[in-house]
Amino acid sequence: MLTFTIRRLFMAIPTLLFISLIIFLILDLAPSDPTASLPLTIPPEVRAEIRASLGLDEPIHIRFALWLQQFFVNEPLNLIEQWTGLTIGDGDRTRVISWQTRSPVVDIIAQRMPQTLWVVGTAYVVGILIALPIGIYSAYRQYSIFDQAGTFITMVGFSVPPFFSGVLVIVIFAVQLGWFPSVYDTTHVVVDWDSFVVQLKQMILPVMVLALQITSQISRFMRASMLDNLNQDYVRTARAKGLTESVVVMVHVLRNSMIPVVTVIALGVPQVFGGAIITEQVFKVNGLGHLLIGAIQGGDIPTVQTLTFIFAVLIVLFNLIADVLYGILDPRIRYD
Amino acid sequence: MLDGAQPSVLDVKDLKTVFKTRRGEVHAVNNVSFHLKAGELLGVVGESGSGKSVTMMSLIGLVPAPPAVVSGEGVYFEGQNLLTATDDELRAVRGARIGFVFQDPMTSLNPVFNVGFQLMEPLRKHMGMSKAKARVRAKELLELVGIPDAERRLKDYPHQFSGGMRQRVMIAIALACDPKVLIADEPTTALDVTIQAQILELMKDLRDKLGMAVVWITHDLGVIAGIADRVLVMYGGQVVEHAPVRELFANPKHPYTRALLETVPHVRGERAERLEVIEGQPPILRAHPTACPFRDRCDKAFDRCARENPSRYPVGPVHDVACFWDPETGGARDV
Repeated sequence: MLTFTIRRLFMAIPTLLFISLIIFLILDLAPSDPTASLPLTIPPEVRAEIRASLGLDEPIHIRFALWLQQFFVNEPLNLIEQWTGLTIGDGDRTRVISWQTRSPVVDIIAQRMPQTLWVVGTAYVVGILIALPIGIYSAYRQYSIFDQAGTFITMVGFSVPPFFSGVLVIVIFAVQLGWFPSVYDTTHVVVDWDSFVVQLKQMILPVMVLALQITSQISRFMRASMLDNLNQDYVRTARAKGLTESVVVMVHVLRNSMIPVVTVIALGVPQVFGGAIITEQVFKVNGLGHLLIGAIQGGDIPTVQTLTFIFAVLIVLFNLIADVLYGILDPRIRYD
Repeated sequence: MLDGAQPSVLDVKDLKTVFKTRRGEVHAVNNVSFHLKAGELLGVVGESGSGKSVTMMSLIGLVPAPPAVVSGEGVYFEGQNLLTATDDELRAVRGARIGFVFQDPMTSLNPVFNVGFQLMEPLRKHMGMSKAKARVRAKELLELVGIPDAERRLKDYPHQFSGGMRQRVMIAIALACDPKVLIADEPTTALDVTIQAQILELMKDLRDKLGMAVVWITHDLGVIAGIADRVLVMYGGQVVEHAPVRELFANPKHPYTRALLETVPHVRGERAERLEVIEGQPPILRAHPTACPFRDRCDKAFDRCARENPSRYPVGPVHDVACFWDPETGGARDV
């Protein structure tokens, strides 16, 4: 398993280099101009100089190599310096700079990441924790009233888009009942119990909207996987051994049913980091999804490129994690 | 019942199982009665769909209910009526005093747990053994069923065993708590012939060694001839003939039994013979049978067979048959 993991990690390097090239080439096709948002009073020749100073008049392979150097050498070195307080070299390195804000992209991402992880991450965890028991019980009592109700609710959760459900919960809980705020305050800092309660309150609505979607998806998977296994012969064997239903279902069936579900859950984690673009917009959560959509609209190529590439890294990484988990859960799968 | 000399370890009286589904009822087991004496090997034969397995699953609460509804006069096991027992009481019997071996060893073991875990489960549940004690016993059990290198094999997963070895593991699980009765549901059907013979030998050995009673469900008359003491022939969810094994083969009374015996191909003799078959399909009983379920495929059937369902008439000391036709006279039975 260890050699498999190491081998896969090495194989990820060419994969990611290739992905970065594709992202670079596609974004290069975008007709955006880093000077477009500058005041109109700047004369064209100055604009050309600004572009030249950003290295944009270089041929494409030089620009790609420069980006590689910035992202894979300069940024990591900078991170190490920040974390350890050491100084490596002369410290004069070109970082990946956002065209919109003129600050390093990685710093902006580091600022935005906590909001996304708080809201989307919590929703993901909550969604899974609700989905698994629902899926298990729906399958165990297939076609019961609980199962039918669960099917109906998950259908709703699947089919209602967050720009509708988000506005709906705002109207109900923020406007009519006034229980929770409709806008997520990014500047809120948790220092004591009271501020923690405020944080919880402002998280509830976006988490609710996202968790509905996640619960719908995962509980369907869980139910289907449980149903696949409940009719297997080994379940009859377990019952014939005189085991209680809880052991039969929660040990024998569940362990088998979790194999595909864990994969789905692991593959969904990169989406957590990717943020929930629409939900973040509805609740004004200043997260990564918000950042990405703003960068796309502003033609901020370095930000879009960096974010997209980080998502690619996460997807590759969690694919590997899913494969490793698969091997741990299913003894029939051995990678060595 | 017919011979009351020895007490029965298992006594099934008038067992009925009905599956109530959305698309109607299926009467899978209809008034089945039989008994099983300590140390005896009872063969149960019949085609697929004759209700053999469902009968055995029903008496210990292994059919899914709903849709199944199990009723009857009683299933007496060591003085306890299993039909009126609670789920907890049934669980205390299953896997402890009644063991099961199922047909397909490829799918009957849980693929994600090692065989040691699966073997230790009943030991820890029913015998209250500690993990260490259960491990020692599990190793003994694997040795008992003839798995070499038992200590190491406990850590192996089912997919690391061959089909025959997996069936041995299944048998070890069934035997874990020294059951009084072992129900073996076509345990050799999924295995190839040489492995079948090994498993048969093993079962005979174990029966002699451990002295448990065995119910052996099969559709293979050759297996029955080699292993059983008494035989139940089932058709349409009911027992159509019951006799000691020699008697059954020498002197079959029911037209279905006779037809079954004729379908066994002969190795000796003329080769040009076509294989004998029983034409038609066993019935799916949508209602409780009020006529003989075999009449449509029976060449001896007459008008009474369509009006009445025959009960089991004694024709010998331990021999009874559910048929209106009498092979002795070649005419209707005087009942």
